[in-house]
Amino acid sequence: MPVTVKIPAQLRAVTDGEGEIEVEGSTVGEALDAVFDEHDDLRERITEDGGLRRFVNVYVSGEDIRFRDGLETELSDGDEVTILPAVAGG
Amino acid sequence: MAPEALICRECEATYPLEARYVCESCFGPLDVSYDFGDLDPGEARRKIQAGSRGIWRYADFLPFAERPRDPLEPGLTPLIRADRLAATLGLESVWIKNDAANPTHSFKDRVVAVALAKAKELGFETVACASTGNLANAVAAHAAASGLESYVFVPSDLEEQKLLATGVYGTKLVGVNGNYDDVNRLCTQLCETKPWAFVNVNLRPYYSQGSKTLAFETVEQLGWSLPDRIVGPIASGSLFTKLGSGFSEWIDLGMVKGTLPTFNGSQPEGCSPVATAFAEGRDVCKPQRPDTIAKSLAIGDPADGPYALDLARGTGGAIDSVSDDEIRDGIRLLAESTGIFTETAGGVTIAVLSKLARRGDIDPAERVVAYITGEGLKTLDATRDEFHMYEIEPTIEGFESMLEPVGAAG
Repeated sequence: MPVTVKIPAQLRAVTDGEGEIEVEGSTVGEALDAVFDEHDDLRERITEDGGLRRFVNVYVSGEDIRFRDGLETELSDGDEVTILPAVAGG
Repeated sequence: MAPEALICRECEATYPLEARYVCESCFGPLDVSYDFGDLDPGEARRKIQAGSRGIWRYADFLPFAERPRDPLEPGLTPLIRADRLAATLGLESVWIKNDAANPTHSFKDRVVAVALAKAKELGFETVACASTGNLANAVAAHAAASGLESYVFVPSDLEEQKLLATGVYGTKLVGVNGNYDDVNRLCTQLCETKPWAFVNVNLRPYYSQGSKTLAFETVEQLGWSLPDRIVGPIASGSLFTKLGSGFSEWIDLGMVKGTLPTFNGSQPEGCSPVATAFAEGRDVCKPQRPDTIAKSLAIGDPADGPYALDLARGTGGAIDSVSDDEIRDGIRLLAESTGIFTETAGGVTIAVLSKLARRGDIDPAERVVAYITGEGLKTLDATRDEFHMYEIEPTIEGFESMLEPVGAAG
Protein backbone atom coordinates (compact mmCIF):
# COMPACT_ATOMS: atom_id res chain seq x y z
CA MET A 1 0.00 0.00 0.00
CA PRO A 2 1.16 3.55 -0.65
CA VAL A 3 2.89 5.24 2.28
CA THR A 4 5.13 8.31 2.71
CA VAL A 5 8.62 8.00 4.18
CA LYS A 6 9.97 11.26 5.62
CA ILE A 7 13.72 11.73 5.39
CA PRO A 8 15.51 13.94 7.95
CA ALA A 9 17.58 16.87 6.73
CA GLN A 10 20.83 15.11 7.70
CA LEU A 11 20.17 12.33 5.17
CA ARG A 12 18.89 14.31 2.21
CA ALA A 13 22.34 14.42 0.64
CA VAL A 14 21.82 10.74 -0.25
CA THR A 15 18.22 11.15 -1.45
CA ASP A 16 19.02 13.89 -3.99
CA GLY A 17 17.48 16.43 -1.62
CA GLU A 18 14.15 14.62 -1.33
CA GLY A 19 12.47 15.00 2.08
CA GLU A 20 9.42 12.82 1.37
CA ILE A 21 9.41 9.64 -0.65
CA GLU A 22 6.25 7.79 -1.71
CA VAL A 23 6.67 4.01 -1.71
CA GLU A 24 4.68 0.78 -1.46
CA GLY A 25 5.00 -1.39 1.63
CA SER A 26 2.81 -3.26 4.11
CA THR A 27 5.35 -3.07 6.94
CA VAL A 28 7.92 -0.46 8.04
CA GLY A 29 10.70 -2.80 6.92
CA GLU A 30 9.19 -3.18 3.46
CA ALA A 31 8.68 0.57 3.10
CA LEU A 32 12.29 1.25 4.09
CA ASP A 33 13.55 -1.45 1.70
CA ALA A 34 11.60 0.23 -1.09
CA VAL A 35 13.30 3.53 -0.22
CA PHE A 36 16.72 1.82 -0.14
CA ASP A 37 16.01 0.40 -3.63
CA GLU A 38 15.76 3.99 -4.86
CA HIS A 39 18.62 5.37 -2.75
CA ASP A 40 21.12 2.65 -1.96
CA ASP A 41 23.46 4.85 0.12
CA LEU A 42 20.69 5.39 2.64
CA ARG A 43 20.76 1.72 3.65
CA GLU A 44 24.34 1.99 4.89
CA ARG A 45 23.66 5.23 6.75
CA ILE A 46 20.80 4.04 8.89
CA THR A 47 21.04 0.24 9.08
CA GLU A 48 23.59 -2.15 10.52
CA ASP A 49 23.51 -5.96 10.49
CA GLY A 50 19.99 -5.95 9.06
CA GLY A 51 18.54 -3.72 11.80
CA LEU A 52 18.34 0.00 12.41
CA ARG A 53 21.42 1.72 13.82
CA ARG A 54 21.03 2.55 17.50
CA PHE A 55 20.89 6.30 16.90
CA VAL A 56 18.04 6.10 14.39
CA ASN A 57 14.43 6.42 15.51
CA VAL A 58 11.50 5.55 13.27
CA TYR A 59 7.93 6.64 13.93
CA VAL A 60 4.63 5.67 12.37
CA SER A 61 2.08 8.46 12.78
CA GLY A 62 4.11 9.87 15.69
CA GLU A 63 4.59 6.58 17.56
CA ASP A 64 8.04 5.04 18.04
CA ILE A 65 8.01 1.66 16.24
CA ARG A 66 9.81 0.08 19.22
CA PHE A 67 6.48 0.36 21.08
CA ARG A 68 4.87 -1.60 18.25
CA ASP A 69 6.51 -4.39 16.26
CA GLY A 70 9.71 -2.66 15.17
CA LEU A 71 10.44 -3.16 11.48
CA GLU A 72 7.53 -5.63 11.36
CA THR A 73 5.07 -2.87 12.33
CA GLU A 74 2.18 -3.01 9.88
CA LEU A 75 1.24 0.02 7.82
CA SER A 76 -2.09 1.33 6.57
CA ASP A 77 -2.84 3.26 3.43
CA GLY A 78 -1.37 6.76 3.58
CA ASP A 79 0.68 6.21 6.78
CA GLU A 80 3.66 8.46 7.40
CA VAL A 81 6.91 6.76 8.33
CA THR A 82 9.28 9.33 9.86
CA ILE A 83 13.01 8.75 10.28
CA LEU A 84 14.69 10.98 12.88
CA PRO A 85 18.02 11.19 14.71
CA ALA A 86 17.84 9.76 18.24
CA VAL A 87 20.54 11.92 19.75
CA ALA A 88 18.48 14.94 20.82
CA GLY A 89 17.04 15.97 24.13
CA GLY A 90 17.75 15.71 27.83
CA MET B 1 43.62 26.61 24.04
CA ALA B 2 40.61 26.49 21.82
CA PRO B 3 37.75 24.33 20.67
CA GLU B 4 38.81 22.64 17.44
CA ALA B 5 35.85 20.94 15.77
CA LEU B 6 32.73 18.89 16.24
CA ILE B 7 33.63 15.20 16.25
CA CYS B 8 31.37 12.14 15.97
CA ARG B 9 31.47 10.05 19.14
CA GLU B 10 31.00 6.90 17.05
CA CYS B 11 32.98 7.21 13.79
CA GLU B 12 35.16 10.27 14.59
CA ALA B 13 34.11 12.18 11.45
CA THR B 14 34.69 15.90 12.04
CA TYR B 15 32.58 18.97 11.25
CA PRO B 16 33.02 22.73 11.68
CA LEU B 17 31.90 24.37 14.94
CA GLU B 18 28.36 25.26 13.84
CA ALA B 19 24.76 24.44 14.83
CA ARG B 20 24.88 20.72 14.12
CA TYR B 21 24.35 17.65 16.31
CA VAL B 22 24.20 14.51 14.16
CA CYS B 23 26.94 12.80 12.17
CA GLU B 24 25.85 12.58 8.55
CA SER B 25 27.82 9.39 8.02
CA CYS B 26 26.61 7.22 10.88
CA PHE B 27 23.93 9.29 12.66
CA GLY B 28 26.00 9.27 15.88
CA PRO B 29 26.07 12.21 18.32
CA LEU B 30 28.61 15.01 17.90
CA ASP B 31 30.91 16.34 20.63
CA VAL B 32 33.28 19.29 20.82
CA SER B 33 36.99 18.49 20.49
CA TYR B 34 39.68 20.81 21.86
CA ASP B 35 43.30 21.62 21.29
CA PHE B 36 44.76 22.31 24.73
CA GLY B 37 48.30 22.78 23.35
CA ASP B 38 50.94 22.77 26.08
CA LEU B 39 48.64 23.39 28.99
CA ASP B 40 50.52 24.18 32.20
CA PRO B 41 48.27 22.74 34.94
CA GLY B 42 49.71 24.97 37.68
CA GLU B 43 49.10 28.09 35.68
CA ALA B 44 45.64 26.91 34.59
CA ARG B 45 44.68 26.30 38.24
CA ARG B 46 45.89 29.77 39.25
CA LYS B 47 43.92 31.34 36.39
CA ILE B 48 40.78 29.50 37.49
CA GLN B 49 41.18 30.60 41.11
CA ALA B 50 41.56 34.22 40.00
CA GLY B 51 38.54 33.90 37.71
CA SER B 52 34.86 34.70 38.07
CA ARG B 53 32.62 33.27 40.80
CA GLY B 54 30.83 30.87 38.47
CA ILE B 55 31.23 28.54 35.51
CA TRP B 56 33.14 31.03 33.39
CA ARG B 57 36.18 30.53 35.62
CA TYR B 58 36.48 27.33 33.51
CA ALA B 59 36.09 29.15 30.18
CA ASP B 60 39.36 27.66 28.88
CA PHE B 61 37.70 24.22 29.01
CA LEU B 62 34.46 25.29 27.34
CA PRO B 63 33.73 25.65 23.61
CA PHE B 64 34.69 29.31 23.16
CA ALA B 65 37.78 31.03 21.85
CA GLU B 66 37.08 33.94 24.19
CA ARG B 67 35.16 34.09 27.44
CA PRO B 68 31.55 35.09 26.63
CA ARG B 69 29.68 37.85 28.43
CA ASP B 70 26.97 36.30 30.57
CA PRO B 71 24.45 38.40 32.49
CA LEU B 72 23.24 35.46 34.61
CA GLU B 73 26.31 33.42 35.41
CA PRO B 74 25.53 30.11 37.16
CA GLY B 75 27.85 27.77 39.01
CA LEU B 76 30.21 27.56 41.95
CA THR B 77 27.38 26.09 43.96
CA PRO B 78 28.09 24.75 47.47
CA LEU B 79 29.76 21.40 48.04
CA ILE B 80 28.59 20.56 51.52
CA ARG B 81 30.10 17.96 53.79
CA ALA B 82 27.11 15.90 54.92
CA ASP B 83 28.33 14.23 58.12
CA ARG B 84 24.89 13.60 59.60
CA LEU B 85 23.70 11.97 56.37
CA ALA B 86 26.91 9.93 56.20
CA ALA B 87 26.47 8.71 59.79
CA THR B 88 22.90 7.61 59.03
CA LEU B 89 24.19 5.61 56.09
CA GLY B 90 27.18 4.10 57.95
CA LEU B 91 29.63 6.02 55.76
CA GLU B 92 32.46 8.39 56.69
CA SER B 93 32.76 10.97 53.92
CA VAL B 94 29.73 12.11 51.95
CA TRP B 95 29.43 15.47 50.21
CA ILE B 96 26.33 16.99 48.65
CA LYS B 97 26.87 19.14 45.59
CA ASN B 98 23.85 21.40 45.87
CA ASP B 99 23.14 22.57 42.35
CA ALA B 100 19.74 23.90 43.33
CA ALA B 101 21.77 27.00 44.27
CA ASN B 102 21.82 28.27 40.69
CA PRO B 103 19.90 31.25 39.22
CA THR B 104 16.84 29.15 38.28
CA HIS B 105 17.48 26.51 40.93
CA SER B 106 18.78 23.58 38.90
CA PHE B 107 21.91 22.38 37.12
CA LYS B 108 20.28 23.32 33.82
CA ASP B 109 21.55 26.88 34.24
CA ARG B 110 25.03 25.55 33.45
CA VAL B 111 24.15 23.96 30.12
CA VAL B 112 21.87 26.81 29.11
CA ALA B 113 24.51 29.46 29.86
CA VAL B 114 26.90 27.65 27.52
CA ALA B 115 24.25 27.00 24.83
CA LEU B 116 22.98 30.59 24.81
CA ALA B 117 26.49 32.03 24.65
CA LYS B 118 27.07 29.81 21.61
CA ALA B 119 23.68 30.75 20.11
CA LYS B 120 24.63 34.42 20.30
CA GLU B 121 28.08 33.75 18.84
CA LEU B 122 26.47 31.90 15.92
CA GLY B 123 24.05 34.77 15.33
CA PHE B 124 20.74 33.21 16.44
CA GLU B 125 18.01 35.56 17.65
CA THR B 126 15.61 32.91 18.94
CA VAL B 127 16.31 29.98 21.24
CA ALA B 128 14.13 26.99 22.07
CA CYS B 129 14.15 23.71 23.96
CA ALA B 130 12.30 20.48 24.71
CA SER B 131 12.08 20.27 28.47
CA THR B 132 10.85 18.27 31.44
CA GLY B 133 10.71 21.54 33.42
CA ASN B 134 14.06 22.61 34.81
CA LEU B 135 15.44 23.32 31.37
CA ALA B 136 12.30 25.33 30.59
CA ASN B 137 12.95 27.58 33.62
CA ALA B 138 16.58 28.06 32.62
CA VAL B 139 16.03 28.77 28.91
CA ALA B 140 13.25 31.26 29.64
CA ALA B 141 15.32 33.11 32.26
CA HIS B 142 18.64 33.19 30.40
CA ALA B 143 16.90 34.22 27.16
CA ALA B 144 15.23 37.08 29.02
CA ALA B 145 18.56 38.15 30.53
CA SER B 146 20.22 38.07 27.11
CA GLY B 147 17.42 39.72 25.15
CA LEU B 148 16.75 36.67 22.98
CA GLU B 149 13.33 35.43 21.90
CA SER B 150 12.46 32.01 23.28
CA TYR B 151 10.10 29.11 22.73
CA VAL B 152 9.88 26.51 25.46
CA PHE B 153 8.18 23.17 24.75
CA VAL B 154 7.09 21.00 27.70
CA PRO B 155 4.64 18.18 28.40
CA SER B 156 1.41 19.98 29.31
CA ASP B 157 0.97 17.94 32.54
CA LEU B 158 4.13 19.30 34.16
CA GLU B 159 4.25 20.38 37.81
CA GLU B 160 2.50 23.77 38.21
CA GLN B 161 5.56 25.26 39.93
CA LYS B 162 7.70 24.54 36.89
CA LEU B 163 5.16 26.04 34.50
CA LEU B 164 4.81 29.21 36.60
CA ALA B 165 8.58 29.56 37.00
CA THR B 166 8.89 29.45 33.21
CA GLY B 167 6.03 31.67 32.07
CA VAL B 168 7.06 34.50 34.37
CA TYR B 169 10.10 35.27 32.21
CA GLY B 170 7.98 36.20 29.21
CA THR B 171 8.86 33.21 27.07
CA LYS B 172 6.46 31.57 24.62
CA LEU B 173 5.53 28.56 26.73
CA VAL B 174 4.12 25.67 24.69
CA GLY B 175 2.45 22.79 26.57
CA VAL B 176 2.37 19.71 24.36
CA ASN B 177 -0.29 17.06 24.91
CA GLY B 178 2.11 14.16 25.19
CA ASN B 179 5.08 12.94 27.21
CA TYR B 180 8.63 14.27 27.06
CA ASP B 181 9.61 11.90 24.26
CA ASP B 182 6.76 13.31 22.14
CA VAL B 183 7.97 16.84 22.91
CA ASN B 184 11.51 15.87 21.97
CA ARG B 185 10.41 14.30 18.69
CA LEU B 186 8.38 17.40 17.84
CA CYS B 187 11.36 19.67 18.54
CA THR B 188 13.66 17.46 16.46
CA GLN B 189 11.20 17.90 13.58
CA LEU B 190 10.73 21.65 14.13
CA CYS B 191 14.49 22.08 14.24
CA GLU B 192 14.60 21.17 10.54
CA THR B 193 12.59 24.17 9.45
CA LYS B 194 12.81 26.85 12.15
CA PRO B 195 15.86 29.13 12.14
CA TRP B 196 16.19 28.74 15.90
CA ALA B 197 18.81 27.48 18.30
CA PHE B 198 17.21 24.48 20.05
CA VAL B 199 19.60 24.21 22.98
CA ASN B 200 19.23 20.45 23.34
CA VAL B 201 18.83 19.62 19.66
CA ASN B 202 21.01 21.49 17.17
CA LEU B 203 23.15 23.07 19.92
CA ARG B 204 23.36 19.91 22.03
CA PRO B 205 27.11 19.35 21.51
CA TYR B 206 27.81 22.76 23.12
CA TYR B 207 24.98 22.61 25.66
CA SER B 208 26.21 19.32 27.10
CA GLN B 209 29.69 20.80 27.64
CA GLY B 210 28.20 22.94 30.39
CA SER B 211 27.73 19.84 32.57
CA LYS B 212 31.50 19.33 32.72
CA THR B 213 31.68 22.34 35.03
CA LEU B 214 30.00 20.26 37.76
CA ALA B 215 32.98 17.89 37.66
CA PHE B 216 35.48 20.78 37.56
CA GLU B 217 33.88 22.42 40.60
CA THR B 218 33.85 19.15 42.50
CA VAL B 219 37.59 18.73 41.93
CA GLU B 220 38.37 22.32 42.87
CA GLN B 221 36.12 22.27 45.96
CA LEU B 222 37.72 19.02 47.14
CA GLY B 223 41.08 20.83 47.12
CA TRP B 224 42.10 19.69 43.63
CA SER B 225 41.38 16.04 44.27
CA LEU B 226 38.94 13.45 42.97
CA PRO B 227 36.12 11.76 44.83
CA ASP B 228 36.18 7.94 44.96
CA ARG B 229 32.56 7.64 43.91
CA ILE B 230 29.80 9.82 42.55
CA VAL B 231 26.05 9.27 42.59
CA GLY B 232 23.96 11.23 40.12
CA PRO B 233 20.60 11.17 38.37
CA ILE B 234 20.07 9.88 34.83
CA ALA B 235 17.38 11.21 32.51
CA SER B 236 18.89 11.40 29.01
CA GLY B 237 22.28 10.45 30.48
CA SER B 238 23.90 13.66 29.25
CA LEU B 239 24.77 15.10 32.68
CA PHE B 240 26.03 11.71 33.89
CA THR B 241 28.31 11.13 30.91
CA LYS B 242 29.58 14.71 30.82
CA LEU B 243 30.53 14.48 34.51
CA GLY B 244 32.70 11.61 33.32
CA SER B 245 34.12 13.75 30.48
CA GLY B 246 34.93 16.58 32.89
CA PHE B 247 36.84 14.35 35.32
CA SER B 248 38.60 12.49 32.46
CA GLU B 249 39.61 15.69 30.71
CA TRP B 250 41.24 17.10 33.84
CA ILE B 251 42.94 13.80 34.68
CA ASP B 252 44.36 13.61 31.13
CA LEU B 253 45.56 17.21 31.26
CA GLY B 254 47.25 16.76 34.64
CA MET B 255 44.89 19.23 36.35
CA VAL B 256 44.19 16.59 39.01
CA LYS B 257 45.89 13.32 39.92
CA GLY B 258 44.08 10.03 40.27
CA THR B 259 41.60 7.84 38.47
CA LEU B 260 38.02 8.26 37.35
CA PRO B 261 35.58 7.85 40.29
CA THR B 262 33.13 4.96 40.41
CA PHE B 263 29.95 6.14 38.67
CA ASN B 264 26.56 5.27 40.15
CA GLY B 265 23.49 6.34 38.19
CA SER B 266 20.00 6.69 39.61
CA GLN B 267 16.60 6.45 37.94
CA PRO B 268 12.99 6.27 39.12
CA GLU B 269 11.41 2.82 38.67
CA GLY B 270 8.60 4.44 36.67
CA CYS B 271 11.11 5.53 34.05
CA SER B 272 14.20 3.37 34.20
CA PRO B 273 15.29 2.40 30.68
CA VAL B 274 18.98 2.78 31.55
CA ALA B 275 18.79 0.96 34.91
CA THR B 276 16.84 -1.84 33.20
CA ALA B 277 19.44 -2.20 30.44
CA PHE B 278 22.16 -2.23 33.11
CA ALA B 279 20.40 -4.96 35.08
CA GLU B 280 19.81 -7.04 31.96
CA GLY B 281 23.38 -6.66 30.71
CA ARG B 282 22.32 -4.94 27.48
CA ASP B 283 24.21 -2.06 25.87
CA VAL B 284 21.18 -0.37 24.32
CA CYS B 285 18.11 0.93 26.12
CA LYS B 286 14.60 -0.20 25.32
CA PRO B 287 12.32 2.86 25.45
CA GLN B 288 9.64 3.10 28.13
CA ARG B 289 6.49 5.12 28.66
CA PRO B 290 7.24 7.09 31.84
CA ASP B 291 4.99 6.95 34.90
CA THR B 292 6.79 8.49 37.87
CA ILE B 293 6.65 11.40 40.30
CA ALA B 294 10.20 12.26 39.20
CA LYS B 295 9.04 14.13 36.12
CA SER B 296 12.40 15.81 35.54
CA LEU B 297 13.83 12.32 34.94
CA ALA B 298 10.89 11.10 32.83
CA ILE B 299 12.73 10.50 29.56
CA GLY B 300 11.69 7.13 28.18
CA ASP B 301 14.13 7.19 25.26
CA PRO B 302 17.44 8.46 26.65
CA ALA B 303 19.81 9.77 23.97
CA ASP B 304 22.97 9.10 25.99
CA GLY B 305 21.76 5.84 27.55
CA PRO B 306 24.41 3.64 25.87
CA TYR B 307 27.21 5.95 27.03
CA ALA B 308 25.86 6.09 30.59
CA LEU B 309 25.91 2.27 30.60
CA ASP B 310 29.51 2.25 29.36
CA LEU B 311 30.58 4.73 32.05
CA ALA B 312 28.93 2.86 34.93
CA ARG B 313 30.31 -0.48 33.78
CA GLY B 314 33.75 0.91 32.95
CA THR B 315 34.21 2.39 36.43
CA GLY B 316 32.84 -0.56 38.41
CA GLY B 317 29.67 1.33 39.23
CA ALA B 318 26.01 0.56 38.63
CA ILE B 319 22.70 2.11 37.61
CA ASP B 320 19.86 1.51 40.04
CA SER B 321 16.22 2.45 40.23
CA VAL B 322 13.97 3.33 43.17
CA SER B 323 10.21 3.47 43.76
CA ASP B 324 8.13 6.63 44.22
CA ASP B 325 7.94 5.92 47.97
CA GLU B 326 11.71 5.57 48.16
CA ILE B 327 12.00 8.89 46.30
CA ARG B 328 9.81 10.62 48.91
CA ASP B 329 11.93 9.02 51.67
CA GLY B 330 15.07 10.24 49.90
CA ILE B 331 13.80 13.82 49.80
CA ARG B 332 13.00 13.64 53.49
CA LEU B 333 16.29 11.98 54.49
CA LEU B 334 18.28 14.71 52.73
CA ALA B 335 16.13 17.48 54.23
CA GLU B 336 16.29 16.09 57.78
CA SER B 337 20.02 15.34 57.74
CA THR B 338 21.43 18.28 55.73
CA GLY B 339 18.82 21.05 55.63
CA ILE B 340 18.68 20.80 51.85
CA PHE B 341 15.26 20.52 50.22
CA THR B 342 15.52 18.84 46.85
CA GLU B 343 13.08 18.08 44.09
CA THR B 344 12.13 14.53 43.15
CA ALA B 345 15.27 13.96 41.03
CA GLY B 346 17.38 14.61 44.14
CA GLY B 347 15.15 12.20 46.05
CA VAL B 348 16.00 9.57 43.44
CA THR B 349 19.72 10.21 43.90
CA ILE B 350 19.61 10.07 47.71
CA ALA B 351 17.40 6.96 47.62
CA VAL B 352 19.97 5.22 45.40
CA LEU B 353 22.82 6.39 47.65
CA SER B 354 20.97 4.82 50.61
CA LYS B 355 20.39 1.63 48.66
CA LEU B 356 24.08 1.35 47.74
CA ALA B 357 25.10 1.92 51.37
CA ARG B 358 22.63 -0.71 52.62
CA ARG B 359 23.77 -3.15 49.99
CA GLY B 360 27.38 -2.75 51.13
CA ASP B 361 28.52 -1.51 47.71
CA ILE B 362 30.31 1.46 49.28
CA ASP B 363 33.43 1.05 51.41
CA PRO B 364 32.77 3.30 54.44
CA ALA B 365 36.12 5.06 53.90
CA GLU B 366 35.24 6.14 50.34
CA ARG B 367 34.81 9.82 49.54
CA VAL B 368 31.36 10.02 47.95
CA VAL B 369 29.77 12.99 46.18
CA ALA B 370 26.02 12.99 45.50
CA TYR B 371 24.67 15.48 42.96
CA ILE B 372 21.49 17.35 43.90
CA THR B 373 20.36 18.85 40.62
CA GLY B 374 17.17 20.70 41.52
CA GLU B 375 15.11 22.52 44.13
CA GLY B 376 12.35 21.05 46.31
CA LEU B 377 10.07 24.05 45.88
CA LYS B 378 9.57 23.00 42.25
CA THR B 379 7.95 19.65 43.10
CA LEU B 380 5.91 20.43 46.20
CA ASP B 381 3.37 17.68 45.55
CA ALA B 382 6.01 15.10 46.42
CA THR B 383 6.11 16.34 50.01
CA ARG B 384 2.40 16.88 50.50
CA ASP B 385 0.93 14.73 53.31
CA GLU B 386 4.44 13.69 54.34
CA PHE B 387 4.22 15.44 57.73
CA HIS B 388 1.70 16.74 60.24
CA MET B 389 1.02 20.39 61.01
CA TYR B 390 -0.34 21.19 64.48
CA GLU B 391 -3.18 23.68 64.44
CA ILE B 392 -3.85 25.50 67.72
CA GLU B 393 -5.72 28.44 69.21
CA PRO B 394 -3.49 31.47 69.86
CA THR B 395 -3.25 30.75 73.61
CA ILE B 396 -0.72 29.20 75.97
CA GLU B 397 -3.29 26.50 76.77
CA GLY B 398 -3.69 25.78 73.11
CA PHE B 399 0.03 25.24 72.73
CA GLU B 400 0.35 23.18 75.92
CA SER B 401 -2.49 20.93 74.81
CA MET B 402 -0.68 20.35 71.54
CA LEU B 403 2.24 18.88 73.47
CA GLU B 404 0.03 16.30 75.19
CA PRO B 405 0.24 12.95 73.48
CA VAL B 406 -2.81 12.27 71.36
CA GLY B 407 -5.21 9.94 73.14
CA ALA B 408 -3.50 10.35 76.54
CA ALA B 409 -5.81 10.32 79.56
CA GLY B 410 -6.41 13.80 80.97
